[in-house]
This record gives sequence, structure tokens and C-alpha cells, in this order.
Amino acid sequence: MKRLAYVLGLPVVLFAAWFVISAGSENFYAPPLSRILESFGRTWTLDRLQADVLPSLWRLIAGYVLASVIGVALGVAIGLSRGLRATVEPVLEFFRAIPPPVLVPVIMLFAGIGDGMKIIVIVFGCVWPVLLNTVEGVRAVDSVQLDTARAYGIGGPARIRQVVLPAASPQIAAGLRQALSIAIILMVISEMFAASNGLGFTIVQFQRSFAIPEMWSGIILLGLLGFALSLLFRLAEGWVLRWYHGLRSVTKGR
Amino acid sequence: MLEVQGLRKVYKSAGRSGRSGQREVEALRDLTFTVDTGELVCLVGPSGCGKTTLLRCIAGLLEPSGGKVSLDGREVNGPSPGLAMVFQEYGRSLFPWMSVRDNVELPLRQKKLPRERRVELVEQALEAVGLAGTESAFPWQLSGGMQQRVAIARAVAYEPSTLLMDEPFAAVDAQTRADLEDLVRALWQRLGVTVLFITHDIDEAVYLGQRVVMLSSSPTVVQDEVTVDLPADRDQLHTRADPRFTALRTHVYEQIQAAKLGAVSQAAPRS
Ligand SMILES: Nc1ncnc2c1ncn2[C@@H]1O[C@H](COP(=O)(O)OP(=O)(O)O)[C@@H](O)[C@H]1O
Ligand SMILES: [Mg+2]
Repeated sequence: MKRLAYVLGLPVVLFAAWFVISAGSENFYAPPLSRILESFGRTWTLDRLQADVLPSLWRLIAGYVLASVIGVALGVAIGLSRGLRATVEPVLEFFRAIPPPVLVPVIMLFAGIGDGMKIIVIVFGCVWPVLLNTVEGVRAVDSVQLDTARAYGIGGPARIRQVVLPAASPQIAAGLRQALSIAIILMVISEMFAASNGLGFTIVQFQRSFAIPEMWSGIILLGLLGFALSLLFRLAEGWVLRWYHGLRSVTKGR
Repeated sequence: MLEVQGLRKVYKSAGRSGRSGQREVEALRDLTFTVDTGELVCLVGPSGCGKTTLLRCIAGLLEPSGGKVSLDGREVNGPSPGLAMVFQEYGRSLFPWMSVRDNVELPLRQKKLPRERRVELVEQALEAVGLAGTESAFPWQLSGGMQQRVAIARAVAYEPSTLLMDEPFAAVDAQTRADLEDLVRALWQRLGVTVLFITHDIDEAVYLGQRVVMLSSSPTVVQDEVTVDLPADRDQLHTRADPRFTALRTHVYEQIQAAKLGAVSQAAPRS
């Protein structure tokens, strides 16, 4: 209960402040929050949610999941093999340095303007934090744990699944958390470039047709979406890594 | 039977100044000893003399630089299924993301044992170390002594013919330590496994072992061996007060002192 109050406290205050300050606004581009909220209900009907939010969500999830799988798989391989690490690390550093939005026009050339392009853009942006954190996490696995696994004949896939991945999981989760916010940003950006539906596309459409309150309502929806996703992520992480949080609270107490 | 013949291990690590190349640490110079099937042998030696290195060579986790190790007649060149190890760092050798049960069971799953057999072995092992009822706890929720019991249970459930223990009780309090020592002797007597128990504690070595092998300080060789002719039924109070115990202890202590002096007089002319 108290935690909920802490979580919601600041957002409520900010919204209230926005509401009060914007109440008498005459500025065409910054309408009163009351009008934005009013348009929110009108704009985001079930049809619209289906037509625009679902496609966005699907691209987001597809890109994010793909990036996570690729990032973790490559990360484990690179983290476990010194030779591979020496070979690919400079290349990775180069690709990582490229801001993903720059690639949208390039990827459009190859992948067109369909869902494929957007998913590729999201994958390209999200894979780095997952990959690099996985490599780091795998490299930092306790040598005693690895020795234990070897001494007890735990090798091959079981070693990766039962020892390496769980040991690296806190670090992997940190990468996944960073990747999630990048995924949302790239989803919107790729839809703003070229799309026929989606949240980013709709917001740009509203802006071009001077439907300003509707545009603002879209931005609020985007914020809510991001908030909900990160909340989900935290819940999932808290469950999967409950051993880690427990372990940390124990070692801190000592 | 465990045989160690002329074992030598030199660690090569890249020197800090790249050009000078490698820096070498001779952890073990020349070790030869045997542990008969079903015997409990304690190995004592000062800190840093290479006890862990020796165990890692026996367990097949480390390639010796010379000499050989054989287990039941076969030369060791990798981890063998007939051997279980209890590590010095018990806290780091248990997997914190698994429950106590899963920690003990994981090696058995790798052995492809059927489910019923695994359940049975896990239950028996935890029972034997006095941890029945903690199956679903995480290791880090337990005290240090209990964690070490989990590590022992994992080794016991593995049904090894040889059990290696690397200073398993160095980090627990005295009372727990006494209990765990008795536990090791009881398990050894019940299971009939060959045990090589490593410690830096002379009292512990004499109390536990049928035989004590003493290592010199680095560069490490076998300094001496002594048979512990104390009765098989030992208990903390009476055994430790036995005049024979005191005599053996004194002998081991003297040998280790001699080894240290020997090392010093050897090193002196060189410097
Ligand atoms: N991986 C390693 N690389 C280089 N030197 C090592 C390594 N492991 C141990 N040593 C050295 O070998 C010697 C013996 O170490 P160790 O076997 O851990 O001794 P003990 O277990 O008896 O305390 C020490 O001098 C230590 O510094
Ligand atoms: Mg050691």
C-alpha cells in the first residue's frame, strides 16, 4: 500500500500540476489537459486500439524477443570463447557506435517499409545492450561454480542452461531492461518514417492535421504503454531473479 | 585406490612486462603418495603450499606439469564420475539460484539416473548430513555450517568411490566444526568410500585420519607420513585427551616446523 503510494505519488502530482497550469491555456499547441483527456476517450476507441496500437505492440514484441534471443545466444558464445571474443569485439564496438535511427533509411532500402523493416530496426538497436551485458555476465561467472560443474560432470548444454545462464542472469536482466526502453523508442521512430498504421504513425498524422489534443493524447498513451511494459518487466524480473535479490539482501545484512 | 606419482605443477602466468614473457610459480615440486581403497587420509600443509592445486590435479580439473595421478588403476586426465569433491569455498560452490534439493540433485541428473532413484539418493544424503526438511530452502538462507553440509550431501549423493575434501571446515565456528568432523568420520565408516581430506589444522588431521601425510611449504614435497594408531571409535572429548593423540600431534607439528626451517635454510643461500 505504502509502496504503491510512493510509485504513484509523483506522477499524480505532476499530472495535477499540468492540469492546473494548463487550465486556462489559450496556446493552440498546448491545450488544457482537460481537453486532451477529453479527446483521449474519443480518440482511443477499441477500433483504433486494434488498428494502431496492436500492430505497434506486435512489432515491439517481435523485435524485442528476437533481439533478446540473438543477444543472449551470441553473448553466451562470445563470453565463453576467448578466441571468438578477440575476433568479434572490435567489430561489435563499431556497430554498437552507430545510432540505430540512422539505419532506418538504409534498412528501408533492403526490407521495404513493412513490419519487417521496423522489426529489423528494433532488433538492431536492442541487441547491443543484451549482447554486451550477456558477454560481461558470462565472463564474470564464478570460477568455483564452473569448477564445481566440471567436477560433477555437468557439461555441454546442461552447463550452459543450469550454470552459465543463471549465473549471468542478473547481468542479462540489466541488458534486457535497457533494451526495452530502446525498443519502444525505435518502434515509434520507425513508424514515423514510413508506415500505414501504428502509434508513431498516428501521432505524426494528428500533428500534420493539426489535431493537437489528439496528438497529445497519443503521447500520453505512449507513456502509459512504456510504463506498463516496464512494470511487467519488473514483475517478471523480480520473480525470476528472486534468488538474486534474496542473496543480495542476505549478504548485505552480514 | 588413489595413486599420486611424482606430481609436479608449475603455474605459468603472463608476466606484467610483456617482453619478459612468463612468470612461473612452482606450486608442487614432487609429490608421491597413495591412498588405499576405503582409507581416510588427511593431508596437512601450511597455507599456500599447493593443497588446492593438488586436489584440482587429482579431480582432473587441472593438468599436471609432470608426474601422474591414477584413480583405481586408471590415469586421471579429466573429471571422473567416481570422484566427488567438496570445495574450500562452499559458499561459492553451491548454486545460489537452486534450492538445496536441486543443488544435490543436479549432478545425478547428469548421470541420467531415473527419477525415483534420484529422489531417494537426495533424501538419503540430506538425511545423512542432518538436513532433512531444508530441501526447498535456498543455500544462502542457511548458516555456513549448514551450507557445508549441503555440499557434503551433494558429494555423498553422487555415490563416489573417492571423496576429496579441500579444507572444508576452515571457515566455520569451532562447535560446528567439531560436529562436521564427526559427520565426516561417520559417513566414511558407513559408506566405505576412500577419503582424502585436506586441512591446515594439525589437530583436525590427527583426529580424523587413519594416516596423515605432511607437506612441506613451497616448493612442495611430501615431508613425512604417519599412521594414526588411535582406536577407530573416536569422539571429540576422549580422543583429543588421549596421550597418543597428543604424541602424534606433536610429531606432526615438529615435522611441519622442520619443513619450514628446511625451506628457509634452502632458500637462504640463494638470496
Ligand atoms: N591459477 C593460478 N595461477 C598462478 N598461481 C597460482 C594459481 N593458483 C594457485 N597459485 C599459486 O600456487 C600456490 C599454491 O596455491 P594453493 O594450491 O591454492 O595453496 P593452498 O590450497 O595450499 O593454500 C600459491 O603460491 C598460489 O599463489
Ligand atoms: Mg587451498
